[in-house]
Amino acid sequence: MKLDPREELAQRLGLEHVPPVHFDSPADVHARLAAADYLSDEAIASVTYLADRLAKPVLIEGPAGTGKTALAQAVADAAGARLIRLQCYEGLDESKALYEWNYRKQLLRIQAGRSDEAGVEEWTALEEDIFAEEFLLTRPLLEAIRATDPVVLLIDEVDRVELETEALLLEILSEYQVSIPELGTMRAHQIPMVFLTSNNTRELSEALKRRCLYLHIGYPTVERERDIILQRVPGISRALAEQIARVVRSLRGIDLKKAPSVSETLDWARTLVVLGREEIGNEDAVSTLHILLKYQSDIERATKELRAGPRTVA
Amino acid sequence: MLNLLTDFVGELRAAGIPVSMSEHVDAARAMEVIDLSDRALVRSSLAATLVKDGDHLPAFYTAFEIFFSTRSADSVRELLDEAGDEDQSIEGGAGAEGRGARGEGGAASELSAQELFDLIYRALRDGNRADLRRAAGEAVSRFAGMEPGRPVGGTYYLYRTLRSLDLETLERRLTIRASDQGNDLEERLARDEAHARVEALKREIERVIRERLVEDRGAEALARSVRRPLPEDLDVMHANREEMAQLERALRPLSRKLAVRLARRRRRRHRGPVDLRHTVRRSLSTGGVPLDLRFKPPRPAKPEIVVIADVSGSVASFARFTLHLVHAISSQFSKVRSFVFIDGLDEVTELFEGVDDPADAVARINAEADVVAFDGHSDYGRALLTFHESFSEALTRRSTVLVLGDARNNYHQAHAEVLADVRYRAKALYWLNPEPESYWNSGDSIIAQYAPYCDRVVECRTLRQLEAFVGGLT
Repeated sequence: MKLDPREELAQRLGLEHVPPVHFDSPADVHARLAAADYLSDEAIASVTYLADRLAKPVLIEGPAGTGKTALAQAVADAAGARLIRLQCYEGLDESKALYEWNYRKQLLRIQAGRSDEAGVEEWTALEEDIFAEEFLLTRPLLEAIRATDPVVLLIDEVDRVELETEALLLEILSEYQVSIPELGTMRAHQIPMVFLTSNNTRELSEALKRRCLYLHIGYPTVERERDIILQRVPGISRALAEQIARVVRSLRGIDLKKAPSVSETLDWARTLVVLGREEIGNEDAVSTLHILLKYQSDIERATKELRAGPRTVA
Repeated sequence: MLNLLTDFVGELRAAGIPVSMSEHVDAARAMEVIDLSDRALVRSSLAATLVKDGDHLPAFYTAFEIFFSTRSADSVRELLDEAGDEDQSIEGGAGAEGRGARGEGGAASELSAQELFDLIYRALRDGNRADLRRAAGEAVSRFAGMEPGRPVGGTYYLYRTLRSLDLETLERRLTIRASDQGNDLEERLARDEAHARVEALKREIERVIRERLVEDRGAEALARSVRRPLPEDLDVMHANREEMAQLERALRPLSRKLAVRLARRRRRRHRGPVDLRHTVRRSLSTGGVPLDLRFKPPRPAKPEIVVIADVSGSVASFARFTLHLVHAISSQFSKVRSFVFIDGLDEVTELFEGVDDPADAVARINAEADVVAFDGHSDYGRALLTFHESFSEALTRRSTVLVLGDARNNYHQAHAEVLADVRYRAKALYWLNPEPESYWNSGDSIIAQYAPYCDRVVECRTLRQLEAFVGGLT
């Protein structure tokens, strides 16, 4: 008899009943993310729904500033779950990501027991004692596993850790459990939603990719970017939002070192609103370009392009 | 559905996208929990479960369109078409109209040529998806001249349709109409908008052609003829213009990734000796017990790289890619010197100095390097002689020399003995040959005469091979 993926996982984790799904359909995801101020598109909504329904982690890739991290935060909001975040960096290790024994507390415990005449049996008891949960410092991954309330686990910029460290994540991603040699295996009490983000500065291992659903978030279409601006920037007119989205698209079409991201677009929109503009003229566009572009050479190139007369269409 | 999915996975694998068994299972599971009548949902679910690399998505979309075409095999229609035209959910009432207009594949419709152009213009001007679909269908019926049973991938039909449509004029008309009131910026925006709309029309036309081809010849046959290698597997020597552009685009992220990877490996590879001072300091927090050993950072020596590249016609693009890649990771080497030659040799190292983007420097090589001494046909012997005379003093036991070229010497003298001395002075000598190994030593290729003095002669035809080799240098 074929089991539903969530039921199967619940059985493996030894849960009494199957944790309920957070979302009913992709449309439901879309609507509730919108309520949490995140405008999803068709792919984002479908993959989030699938992740929930199949109980699988999602690996999100795409250029910087397109809303990868924001998606995890919005999902946590929409699902009414707690967000646990693990920021990855080079040199991240087990003791920062998973768990660590509290050395100092263990030492104190040992020293406190030393005054007695300690026999072999007492030492055995002590050994069991100092490797108890009381002396365990939980780090984000273990915390997500041990949580009893609904949580969303965000593993941010996973491409920053070394290839070998990635292996730390594999057990939790596929089995939702953490093995601690001294304590045994800790299984999740519920099924957390897991998001990993990557800026694609290196190839992730096959093993990691295989365990995840893959979502590529690129730059939005003009229409979606306009809607994002309308949603996130209060007091902006529709015409201005539309114009901003179109300027940004043109900029992304130019060969720049770093194309403007959605978050930079939003900053620009806010600036224009503060300046009280209803419409962007040539001069506005050029004088505020430094908000969108972060390299001097890019700014120069874009200024030249925006001011240039009509190019013959190739 | 399962059979269809299996065939589809087979096609993806044939196109070079690695799909593992467990991903296949995930896709099948995903199909069980979603609404199969929603084509867009099916597409993104399959993409999420089967494709794990953004660069592979375009190949996936092409394959998806062919396999899950609205008008392909009956099995698909049963599964996907039950709820009517599956595109309705995303595009409103577009389906019904579009379907009527697609008509009998290939038959001329009742619209006159002028009416058709008007229809296309209106569709583009208003940005109306339904009209755009109808227009694309009409255009293909009228101009593509599709012949049943011809084993082509559709590029030819696309070309014929586009040629008849004269989209450049249309684009200009759209631009002018939209920008008559505005300033420079308005005009620029109008131009980009017009361009985007015309591109959308092109894509739509391509889609219609694919759809009709699938109907004619079946999904698998068509998939075979449109299958293209992924960018990193393209043969650099024989890439056409479009593929070359793909390669250029792929190179930049590739070199960035390589640089990051190498820098990390350098920092993390070996631990140095125990750093006593640091360790003792750390042990204070554990009552003087050194629980946590600290190590000094490693200081491995960086190699010097000398690149000697043939930049004559046939292998020029390969040389440029390699120079780009080597200089992109030049921080991993203590020094990089580059020489280019055809029948004369010139140093181009200074072109790369103080330039942010190696691509700019590579572009300048053509204009500024002095590489032709006589007739502009590669002469490896002469180039090596010149190199040896002028620059061999600079080679040390830390220099790694890379020679790039197909060793097609136009029947000039080989002067292989020079290479022997270069090898003697340097730490290592590698020859990267962009030709397939089976062509070596045929015709005027004399790689065999040089090979004995090289540590290794490497076949390097694709970006993947190139990256693997350059990554192994440090």
